[in-house]
Amino acid sequence: MVAINTAPKPSDWVRQTPQGLCVEPGGFFIDPVRRSARAVITHGHSDHARPGHGKVLATAETLAIMDHRLGGEAGRERRPLRYGEALDIDGVTLRLEPAGHVLGSAQVVLEWRGSRVVVSGDYKRRRDPTCAPFVPQECDVFITEATFGLPVFRHPPDAEEIARVLHARAIFPERCVLVGVYALGKCQRVIRLLREAGYEDPIYIHGALVAMCELYERLGVMLGELRNATGAGKDELRGEIVLAPPSAIDDRWTRRLPDPVMALASGWMRVKQRARQRGVELPLVISDHADWDELTRTIDEVGAREVWVTHGREEGLVHYATGRGIRARALDLVGYEDEDAE
Amino acid sequence: MKRFARLLDDLLFSPSRLTKLRLLKDYFATTPDPDRGYALAAIAGGLEFRFAKPATIRGLVESRVDPALFGWSYDFVGDLAETAALIWPVTPADDAASPHLSEIVDALGGATRAEVMAQLGVWLDRLDATGRWALIKLITGGLRVGVSARLAKTALAEMGNVDIAEVEEVWHGLRPPFPGLFAWLEGKGPVPAVDRAATFRPIMLSHALDEGELLSMDPAGFRAEWKWDGIRVQLVGRSGVRRIYSRTGDEISGAFPDILQALTFDAVLDGELLVRRGDDVGSFNDLQQRLNRKLVTDRMLAGYPAFVRLYDVLFEGDEDLRPLPFTARRERLERWFAGNVAGTALMARFDLSPVIAFADWPALREIRAHARTRGSEGVMLKRADSPYVAGRPKGLWFKWKRDAGTVDAVMMYAQRGHGKRSSYYSDFTFGCWRDTENGAELVPVGKAYFGFTDAELLQLDKWVRNHTVERFGPVRAVEPKLVCELAFEGVQRSTRHKSGLALRFPRIHRIRWDKPAGEADRVETLAAEIQE
Repeated sequence: MVAINTAPKPSDWVRQTPQGLCVEPGGFFIDPVRRSARAVITHGHSDHARPGHGKVLATAETLAIMDHRLGGEAGRERRPLRYGEALDIDGVTLRLEPAGHVLGSAQVVLEWRGSRVVVSGDYKRRRDPTCAPFVPQECDVFITEATFGLPVFRHPPDAEEIARVLHARAIFPERCVLVGVYALGKCQRVIRLLREAGYEDPIYIHGALVAMCELYERLGVMLGELRNATGAGKDELRGEIVLAPPSAIDDRWTRRLPDPVMALASGWMRVKQRARQRGVELPLVISDHADWDELTRTIDEVGAREVWVTHGREEGLVHYATGRGIRARALDLVGYEDEDAE
Repeated sequence: MKRFARLLDDLLFSPSRLTKLRLLKDYFATTPDPDRGYALAAIAGGLEFRFAKPATIRGLVESRVDPALFGWSYDFVGDLAETAALIWPVTPADDAASPHLSEIVDALGGATRAEVMAQLGVWLDRLDATGRWALIKLITGGLRVGVSARLAKTALAEMGNVDIAEVEEVWHGLRPPFPGLFAWLEGKGPVPAVDRAATFRPIMLSHALDEGELLSMDPAGFRAEWKWDGIRVQLVGRSGVRRIYSRTGDEISGAFPDILQALTFDAVLDGELLVRRGDDVGSFNDLQQRLNRKLVTDRMLAGYPAFVRLYDVLFEGDEDLRPLPFTARRERLERWFAGNVAGTALMARFDLSPVIAFADWPALREIRAHARTRGSEGVMLKRADSPYVAGRPKGLWFKWKRDAGTVDAVMMYAQRGHGKRSSYYSDFTFGCWRDTENGAELVPVGKAYFGFTDAELLQLDKWVRNHTVERFGPVRAVEPKLVCELAFEGVQRSTRHKSGLALRFPRIHRIRWDKPAGEADRVETLAAEIQE
């Protein structure tokens, strides 16, 4: 990196505003929560990819997801950027690098006058068969999420959780296993993980998941045979695996299912009380966010002198970084939801 | 330990009794001795360690983990055992190193507290998060996975294809890890030989009376007693062993040391456990102060002294009286009472439930109408010639409850149910009117979640969804427009509820789609029925 003395202070050019993170010399926002003239979008989840922006810069996959979800509101002018491809915006060099969160998700790597800032967006470090893996980027300032920023959050290996789904299916042949999954990312990841575990049977999905799965397949993520659960009869669904959005797993829609074993795939399922409150019978700790070990390892790897925490359980991560001699602070950005909301 | 931890975890999340039974049976059938026996004892009682207090666990964790991070985590998770289990730094260990449940139980058996604390750290290092959670729950004495001793015994009975009464008959004579019990249930050994003296005897239960049945019942062939509003207990005093059992065979001796010390006799008795308030019999509300207590303070013993109102005798000495007709047993009970209790200090702990004299059914109906003033829930009818039969035999004992009270109340809140009802708004909070300076307002008087048919539940669910005005998490506030007639067993004072009262066993009797909410009942109407 360039001699530190001459580089601008990061907080002089990347600012926290009510609209979101603003890269001032480039005149653009990252994941702005209000309509903005120029927006860089890290990934397609609805709290990050909001409607009505002017120019939108993101990966081609994220743009496709926004197109699908927001239609005419997906941005007036859309510019796809490949991972690793550099772009100059009024003197700010910008690159997108994989974040490993969902298909198309990206970290934003920013350089201006020798100062380098990386915005992680939402990310995870473990392998995900539906998207490119996170690559740590050295930087001066690392702006990170902290959804699971406490050491009680350690996600177990995915394969163990998937094995529990298959076990439940085996011991309850007269019921079905109903798994709550977010429509974008978690759904397709769980399907791929099931396929990797050798599960070849058709997987039944709630109508609200169909279009996103089709989009994933068009983008090259193959999911095997899927059937719409909404039209299927009770008897057809006995012994089957059914996926539905979290909001549907305890609502009226489930009355069509044969005594479902209610499962929910979320990092929050690590806490038994949370799972019990939701009435979940089979809690699956499968998250698209980094757990505590991944968050802290990443801070160690990127070698930043400063860490800014955008949202989540920031006090723990700030405490960790401070203990490592890294300047750290919480930004308290509003408008980004915890994992449950997607 | 891994399998045991997995079992506890599965039980914790199982909404239905059937699933729990299946999990227990599967575990017992596939886990070797002595682990399954210790697991059974941990779940059904008989294995309790109180080595570790919460502060000790916390201290141990803070020796390994940054206390600031632990503090935030505890705030977030809210349960000490779970926070400790989750935050414990993972040390890679292969499966073979994880301790067996029996290894842990054996070590705990002979160890001092200091030794246990030293060993605990080693065990925690060798277990995964669920294993650590189960271990901490086990040694701090509070599994709380929603399984009663009765349910565990039911699983055993189903496993061995025997009647649960047979399991009960041997249960209390056996000690963990129960090798003989499992051998018997698996057909590999004889019924375990136990000293049956102090075991629980399955109790005799009654049917609710259908008044139409009275026509075919001869009043002279029945005896009547008041139906008391306490809890049914079986008192066992045999050759120095004293035990108090609940109606399901769970031992509750620990919660009632005042009764236990009075079991100085050699007999098995059946009766109703009640508490006194001053000179009166306390309400069920008062009794609740004494239920499910692990620790009984002197204040509780003095403020809510317990006594048992006796109504049957099963054994006197070694003599099994159960085959005798009711009238003969009653005679033996009275004679026994006169010889052992009357005129002694035991009078403070025991009395006899009186037999009510009546000429015919209309006369008894008249007497029953005064049940409420007697602090009673109604009357019991027992056939004079009935032997003491385990279970709920037909035609022998009947309960004839006083008529339920009813009130017209307005639905205020609705919440989703659990298990099969999780997609329905099926738990409702109802309110009645009271006057304030700003006009009439509704205040909650009780919650009801049964009493309606499946078809009515669909209608109620739909109504809630269409009349929601606000949501608080899983709860919806609804427009105050729907009146339901609630039936209830009594009205109690309550400091928890804004209305100052609470209904006992409220349930929906009728949905009054027709009734305007303004015509629902007032709080004062209910307050007039409070039983002191």
